[in-house]
Amino acid sequence: MDFGPYLLLASLEGAVMAAVLALTAVGLSIVFGVMRVVNVAHGEFFMLGAVFAWWVASWAVGHPAIGFVLALVLAPILVGLIASAADMIVLKRVEYDPERTIVATIGLLYIIQQVTLMTFGPEARPVQPPFNQRLALPWFEFGENGFEIIWPWGLGTTSYKLFVIAAAIAILLAVWALMSRTKLGLYMRATQLDRQMAQAFGINVERVYVSVFGFGAGLAALGAVLIVPIQQAHYLMGGDPLLLSFIVVIIGGLGSLSGTVVAAVLIGMSDGVISMFFSPTLAKILSTLLVAFILIFRPQGLFGKRAA
Amino acid sequence: MRPETKSLALHLGLLALLVIAQFVISPFHHGNLSRIMVLAVFAMGYNVLFGYVGLLSLGHALFFSAGMYGMGLAMQHLGVSALAAIAVGILSAFVLSAVVGAVALRTTGVAFMIVTLMLAQAGYLAILYFGTYTRGDEGFVIQPEFRTIAGLDLTDPTVRYFAAFLVLAVCLLLTLRLVHSSFGRVLVAIRENEERARMLGYDVFRHKLIAVVISGTLSGTAGAVYGLLFGYVGATFATVQYSILPLLWVLLGGAGTVIGPFIGTLFMFYLIDFSSGLTSAYMVVAGVVLVLLTLFAPQGLAGEVKRRLLPWLP
Repeated sequence: MDFGPYLLLASLEGAVMAAVLALTAVGLSIVFGVMRVVNVAHGEFFMLGAVFAWWVASWAVGHPAIGFVLALVLAPILVGLIASAADMIVLKRVEYDPERTIVATIGLLYIIQQVTLMTFGPEARPVQPPFNQRLALPWFEFGENGFEIIWPWGLGTTSYKLFVIAAAIAILLAVWALMSRTKLGLYMRATQLDRQMAQAFGINVERVYVSVFGFGAGLAALGAVLIVPIQQAHYLMGGDPLLLSFIVVIIGGLGSLSGTVVAAVLIGMSDGVISMFFSPTLAKILSTLLVAFILIFRPQGLFGKRAA
Repeated sequence: MRPETKSLALHLGLLALLVIAQFVISPFHHGNLSRIMVLAVFAMGYNVLFGYVGLLSLGHALFFSAGMYGMGLAMQHLGVSALAAIAVGILSAFVLSAVVGAVALRTTGVAFMIVTLMLAQAGYLAILYFGTYTRGDEGFVIQPEFRTIAGLDLTDPTVRYFAAFLVLAVCLLLTLRLVHSSFGRVLVAIRENEERARMLGYDVFRHKLIAVVISGTLSGTAGAVYGLLFGYVGATFATVQYSILPLLWVLLGGAGTVIGPFIGTLFMFYLIDFSSGLTSAYMVVAGVVLVLLTLFAPQGLAGEVKRRLLPWLP
């Protein structure tokens, strides 16, 4: 394949990755923004989403689409409930102290991951996509006959991958509407700006925290349900999304949602493209170092404004 | 008795117990205890930073593996003797911790945790990337014929036990001395109230940097010795798990006590060893212990003893 079509293919793969990454990272970002805590177990909630998706889909009968739709609804809710319970049992009792919360969520990470290993097992398990037509993509070239459209062999995508991108955009718009147009979103933003003041105005901050922690985990689970027909569910699959979400949230500016989405697209696309042309390990080394140095020299993120 | 005398007696007593243990315990526990003693040095190094300065690092696997790979690569590719290789390992951890400290200490709190985590992750990935020399995930074995120092065969269990004991004893007494020194007291002052320490005229950044270097060098020493004594150098020792484990050992044993890291390593080692006999998902124990400690005993075992019974415990 020539360079041009190859680049198009790489950016399509990158766009799918960016879509899922945006959902996962926005979940992490909302939790950090409102609650001011770093949830290290976020990747495990992603993994739980994929595992529950497999579990729900394996129970459903009939067309694979039925199982998939059920998973899309049930898995995020289940994961959200588990996260809310963890918030009430653990995080509330350490009073959301930033450092103790990190240690506690590291503990949660191991508990969730290892309990999944005990119950779900070490195998990777697939979920059937609801539809999966191959779509060939055209390319153009200036040959002997002048400008013409060609269909290079191997250049193509699937309808499901396009659906993942569209669904992620729709969900992100819904999250934006929730945050800026509803009462719950108003409570969240009020708590983010000034916890004490929000409490003084009669907002039940504790309840906001519980729902935000569940909501953030639910978003990660949603991203996982979307990707699981492409990637398979596995008990160790939470590591990469966690690391990448960290990178995205920090580059986008801690707690800034629009920055997070921009950074997710940037990192997802460039990771896909760089990994295709260079070594994926080198791409990861560069992005982890980038994050460390952004935190040191530009803690507000590349797109964030400096806090007053 | 003065508190210093009491604590010296306590720690010498612990060391004496370990000498006696070598003659009475079964070969199985004997081998475990050798490992625990080296890993406890890693925990003690971690504790210098976490327990006495209050800086929580999530990247100490970087220093441990720097010591280990510095030692292993020097032996494998430069063909130096075991003792010189250990020195190379310690030196690489020393240099690396100075560099990491100089950049990471510009941040505090959560940002410091994430920066150290990311730097350690970059180190782990670098080991994989340079797989031609490091043999990547697979790692490499240090052949038994090279594992000798001054004619002593380090593959022999008794020699190995005393080598581990020697390293532990030196590091334990050094830490004890550090804690009682005026430098150690300034570290505690920074932990308790950084602004106040600065107001009193102490150069906080310099103190913290030296603490990072001591902590990283001790961790690197543990890594180099561990690789040499047990004959294996691998990328597993650079993963996040090996940054979490010293945190777990120190939290369990009691942060900010000299004896705590050893106790924590001892308990956790046996807890994980016991549960790995029951299930392959043995790290669940680490998770449960971490959550329970943060909820109910943030001071750890030795910390609780210090709070309730022995306020002089250093």
